Amino acid sequence: MEAGRSPNIEILTNATLHSVEGKPGAFNALVHQEPRYIDEDKCTACGMCKMYCPRPVADFYNESLAVIHAPRIDYPQAIPSAYYIDPKACLRVNYETCNLCAQTCTAGAIDFSQKPKDVELNVGAVILAPGFGKIDNQVLSRFGYGRFPDVVTSYEIERLTCASGPSEGHVIRLSDGRAPKKIAFLQCVGSRDETCGNGYCSSVCCMYAFKEAAIIKEHEPEVDITFFFMDVRTQGKGFDEARKRAESKYSFRVVRARVPRVEQVDGKLGLVWVDEEGTSRNELFDMVVLSVGLEAPEDAHIISAAAGCELNHYEFAKTSVQNPLTTTRPGIFTAGAFQGPKDVPESVTQASGVAALASELLADARGTRTVTLTYPEEDRTLLEEEPRIGVFVCHCGVNIAGVVDVKAVRDYAATLPNVVLYDDVLYSCSQDALKGIAQKIKNNRLNRVVIAACSPRTHEPLFQDTLKSVGVNPALFEMANVRDQCAWVHAHEPEAATQKSKDLVRMAVAKARLLTPLESQTVGVNPRALVIGGGGAGMTAALSVAEQGYECLIVEKNDVLGGNLARLKWTADGQDAPRILKEMIDRVRKHPKIKVLLGAKLESVSGYVGNFVSTVKVKEKVQTIEHGVILVATGAKEYRPKSYLYGENDRVMTQLELEERLAKGKTSLKNISNVVMIQCVGSRGDDMQHCSRLCCTQAVRNALKVKELKPDANVFVLYRDMRTYGFHEDLYSAARRKGINFIRYDLENRPEVLKNKASGLTVRFFDKLLGDTLDLDADLAVLSVGVEPTDNTGLSKLLKAPLTQDGFFLEAHAKLRPVEVAVDGIYLCGLAHGPKSLDETVAQAKAAAAKAVIPLAKGRVSVTPLVSHVDQGVCIGCGLCESLCPYKAIELVKVDKRKKAQTITASCKGCGICASHCPTLAISMGGFTDEAIFAQIHAFAQQEQEVR
Amino acid sequence: MADKSGSVLILGGGIAGIQSAMDLAELGYYVYLVEKKASIGGVMAKLDKTFPTNDCAI
Repeated sequence: MEAGRSPNIEILTNATLHSVEGKPGAFNALVHQEPRYIDEDKCTACGMCKMYCPRPVADFYNESLAVIHAPRIDYPQAIPSAYYIDPKACLRVNYETCNLCAQTCTAGAIDFSQKPKDVELNVGAVILAPGFGKIDNQVLSRFGYGRFPDVVTSYEIERLTCASGPSEGHVIRLSDGRAPKKIAFLQCVGSRDETCGNGYCSSVCCMYAFKEAAIIKEHEPEVDITFFFMDVRTQGKGFDEARKRAESKYSFRVVRARVPRVEQVDGKLGLVWVDEEGTSRNELFDMVVLSVGLEAPEDAHIISAAAGCELNHYEFAKTSVQNPLTTTRPGIFTAGAFQGPKDVPESVTQASGVAALASELLADARGTRTVTLTYPEEDRTLLEEEPRIGVFVCHCGVNIAGVVDVKAVRDYAATLPNVVLYDDVLYSCSQDALKGIAQKIKNNRLNRVVIAACSPRTHEPLFQDTLKSVGVNPALFEMANVRDQCAWVHAHEPEAATQKSKDLVRMAVAKARLLTPLESQTVGVNPRALVIGGGGAGMTAALSVAEQGYECLIVEKNDVLGGNLARLKWTADGQDAPRILKEMIDRVRKHPKIKVLLGAKLESVSGYVGNFVSTVKVKEKVQTIEHGVILVATGAKEYRPKSYLYGENDRVMTQLELEERLAKGKTSLKNISNVVMIQCVGSRGDDMQHCSRLCCTQAVRNALKVKELKPDANVFVLYRDMRTYGFHEDLYSAARRKGINFIRYDLENRPEVLKNKASGLTVRFFDKLLGDTLDLDADLAVLSVGVEPTDNTGLSKLLKAPLTQDGFFLEAHAKLRPVEVAVDGIYLCGLAHGPKSLDETVAQAKAAAAKAVIPLAKGRVSVTPLVSHVDQGVCIGCGLCESLCPYKAIELVKVDKRKKAQTITASCKGCGICASHCPTLAISMGGFTDEAIFAQIHAFAQQEQEVR
Repeated sequence: MADKSGSVLILGGGIAGIQSAMDLAELGYYVYLVEKKASIGGVMAKLDKTFPTNDCAI
């Protein structure tokens, strides 16, 4: 959405990359562009062309579950918000017949004279983010897809459960249109399957399957849902918790089996599988959902040839653990699913990370090509008039209009005082609708605008920008949330929901009447970064900030740099970890823009984004540091178990301890023939609730190392779910081929480590296949102990940056702001955010560096105008506000020998705690004055008739 | 230095491409976002809700 509004992002649609010539910093890229046949600038997305088109075709956006026409827009919020003509379907393009659409288009936007063209672009860097491809239908047909209509893919379920999708949110069987009662989800379709060439794990299907199933249950509570998993791979931050909640809330059944094929039996679908006890089972279902994996894009070869970079053996972009976002050609980077299968938070993280890489490369040319957006000056004469309020009621497709009578709400708005314009809009956030709203504001000289739609949390800035574009102060805007807080929650009571929408609109109008313009301010930025922690994450982030041209100070509590990276011997792709560390430390040490404080502790932090002042204690000496941003990279530690004889018997060790031992070579395994590894020690409901994410891959890699050093050694891995996601699955497959034994255990039957008489160890576990407890002799018992957060409470308080229940730092938004914390100017990376592997840490550290450099590069930060204001004539200087403010944004100052409160505008978040507690009502909130709020409350109490 | 360009080409207008484009624009670079299809958004625009918070994908 925002991308469509930036003046520095030029979108070229229907376009493909043909070639990239030149060198890093100065490439010449050739882009081929097919015509849209509809002029983007002229099209108003009115849809008239579509209505007159005589040519129906299948809608690919809706997984061919609906019918559309040759002129089309993919979805109402699409960017560019203009129609285009599908040349394959269009009669005019193919046969020179029919010209109906061009004749009906009142905007004159349809232009059949458009020709394909080649565009030459001079760019400093190229980023490849083409996403992923679809699993071939041939693979799906093994599960009956294409033959049995009630076998559907997860993509089809996404569209079926969507309220604006082809079935308006109802999950139906495609064979008879009836609601299914029993649904089976088959996992790993097209993933972890070497027969179809995809040996890797797609990393996202477990999560989306749970999500889709939960949404189905919300729509149809009676339906029974069964999942067929090999391993449940919900290793992401907070994902295990979400899965467990979903499992118990919706009583999902989880079967651990891979179903080989699907048969149709009497209009139902028959599944046959072998359970964990070795028994063959069969059952009938009404619907089968295939959780299809991610594949390399179909055009991966074309992209790699055009960009001149290599692909890996699965045809994704070839990268390394050390440089996960760099392709084999310098200056050409990659992010997202093309780099390897991954979910949204990780794609977003990589996307920011890759921005940092391009920014490092092109630091010298920063700002040479950009343009700044200017707004017309505010029309101050508008406010001399009485409030002239415009009310726009949004349909949000069927999200609101499916429940609320939008037209009735619109007409009701017309009866309210000071409302001079009222209208309803299909999607108020679409670009064409915004243009229309802007025009209406201007033409009707509106000086207050109310939009009844979704949440200001997501859409207020967008609408405020529309006001600004026509010279209206953005504070003269109010939203009524008739979607999230009305249509969605009262989906079964349309009449009451319509009434509530009217109430909300009446309240919003009452408040809008009293809104006053607010000035937004900007403050300067100190162009230095403070990095807390000198491990792999901290050093990577600092190097990136420095390469982007800004000074950096690393504060490390230990006397050496390196953190946990110093204990790693080799990476998942077999690289020498100590060498990577040494190179990193050398670069940090030599970089003129980086300073390092060792044995240092952060004592205090004050200030706000752009202007922080911190004190750091180094060997009893306290230094004061001024800086603009903070990067938190404090890492985590290896968990220390209190069980399994750890610390009592030197044959019991952690994976990292085994790694240190194996690094010594063959002698380290002298007299060792049986190695037993135990997964999830400390993690996933043991001492800690979270999954530590990296231990499965670590165990498999170490198991392979044992086999490499001593091929006749026996290695057993006792696990709960093997979570070797992504390309790590290759290591798991290799381990099984090498004869390493993997045995699953449940939380109720944890393995035990016991001393035996022969000075060795016995590992006792429950074998499901035999249904009995077995004893294994072990020369070494290796515990996969997981990642424990360091005690972050002190730092959390210092920074006012919240922690998760597990004790890691909490990001501002799990999907869209994965490396920022809620406090502006503070960024997050590495193990302090949650367990992750080295490549993920590197990508995240780069991402944090990109985000941190944004305010440094801008040189100024703008402060939200929604801040508190103290009427010092009324203030009695009691100091209650200062003690309550969670952002250190209000302080007591001396005014004429008396103490008075004063807001530090740049720190203020506009939360209103001070205003609500002030005993003399001396504090008012910008945009939320007492007067306006009271008016809103009074309006709530008014009945509809009274207003009339 | 005049020999480096202050612009970046991003191939792919999905969630990754869009995020990169927005960050680079904020960092002071001009971005060409090259998309194969007629609109940006990629696969995420097809998703109804996202795991685990069920936030609206659009």
